[in-house]
Amino acid sequence: MTSYLRPRDLEEAVVARAAYPNWMVLAGGTDLMVNANHKPIPGGILDLWRLGEIGFIRVGDGAIAIGAGTTWHEVERHPAIRDRLLPLALAAREIGALQIQSRGTLGGNIGTSSPVGDSLPVLLALDATIEVASVRGRRSIPYSTWCTGYRTSLLASDELIVAAHIPLPGAGTWTTWRKVGTRRAQSISKVMGAAAIILDGGTVVSARVALGAVADRPIRITAVEDAVRGLSLARAAEAARAAVRTSIQPIDDIRSTSVYRREVAENLVARFFTSAAGVS
Amino acid sequence: MKVTLTVNGAMHAVEVSPWKRLLDVLREDLRLTGTKEGCGEGECGACTVMLDGEAVNSCLVAVGQCDARTVTTVEGLARGDVLHAVQKALVACGGAQCGICTPGIAVCAAHVIDRGLVIGRDEPSARAQVRELLAGNICRCTGYQLIVDAVIAAAREVGER
Repeated sequence: MTSYLRPRDLEEAVVARAAYPNWMVLAGGTDLMVNANHKPIPGGILDLWRLGEIGFIRVGDGAIAIGAGTTWHEVERHPAIRDRLLPLALAAREIGALQIQSRGTLGGNIGTSSPVGDSLPVLLALDATIEVASVRGRRSIPYSTWCTGYRTSLLASDELIVAAHIPLPGAGTWTTWRKVGTRRAQSISKVMGAAAIILDGGTVVSARVALGAVADRPIRITAVEDAVRGLSLARAAEAARAAVRTSIQPIDDIRSTSVYRREVAENLVARFFTSAAGVS
Repeated sequence: MKVTLTVNGAMHAVEVSPWKRLLDVLREDLRLTGTKEGCGEGECGACTVMLDGEAVNSCLVAVGQCDARTVTTVEGLARGDVLHAVQKALVACGGAQCGICTPGIAVCAAHVIDRGLVIGRDEPSARAQVRELLAGNICRCTGYQLIVDAVIAAAREVGER
């Protein structure tokens, strides 16, 4: 028989998490409930859906903090996110469709830590920090170190994700996100990625580029970042294409092939730079 | 566990596993079989219901999460004998073929119409908007044109009231 707890507050939630580390931590269920009738029945459910302390969007001077329980619908509709964190709003709009966006949460994407989590390259490109809580206290983890392998992360078995803190890109920074799948809605990405490109006139000062669905986890493509410094956008696009080619080894699976993913990843990253030309 | 939920305005108490899907509780425990199962993995939208006013896939909701919550299914869209505007429009436009996706489409469309989310000023922008809002509802007969016609017609009618 499955136990069930809907904690009143975060304190009760972390106490339960410490007491029952094997229980399923459930929010919107858009990933964990897929094919639920054909899955092992969990021993217990720790239900964090609509837990107030992890459901917020706070706009600060240098960053926006987004509670783990915030849905994609809420992310996509928030004026400050649309205005200042465009790649996250773009990702939110293409995660599933209305029914998924009503339930799926940012914390779910971070916690599941799938290589195809559509928002995760955004967290890498914008250099987010993840805030977690447990009975031992709180700590902050740079998202660049969060993923440790296929669907694994630094989150300890007694910890819960509280929020993502996302620094606001400065003036002169071009940010973007794009996904390639069989269709815009619902499909799981074949390749997707995000970039933050700091420009001075038409020259790339520096860039952070991240891709999903090309490795066992979402990854920064540091070879691209090293290759594009100081180049014009047109030359940066070509340098980025070559750097992608030599730095990823995507797999064949039911959704795509290694060859296709590699070519699309090259085009995607090259286009991040050519599309930035329109704003510099 | 005992779960008490309000479905289509009536309060129900069921003794079930919290892991049981809302979809199965609606169909098996409450005998509300209007809600259909398509894929069981949140892809097709056939099982769409409103949960606390949001359109959700009921195959992805654990019923433990529904205690003290409010659900509207396709059976709850009509007011007595008066169909919801989108139900009337689906009938008038012939916006259904085999029918398995229709309950989910009716619920999702009623949700977006009642929320005023279809605001496209001209025909092409309204069509694009409806296609995106209903992108989570798949019709395997591919009869989308008449469904989109019906949703736009209903949105206009409700908007003009």
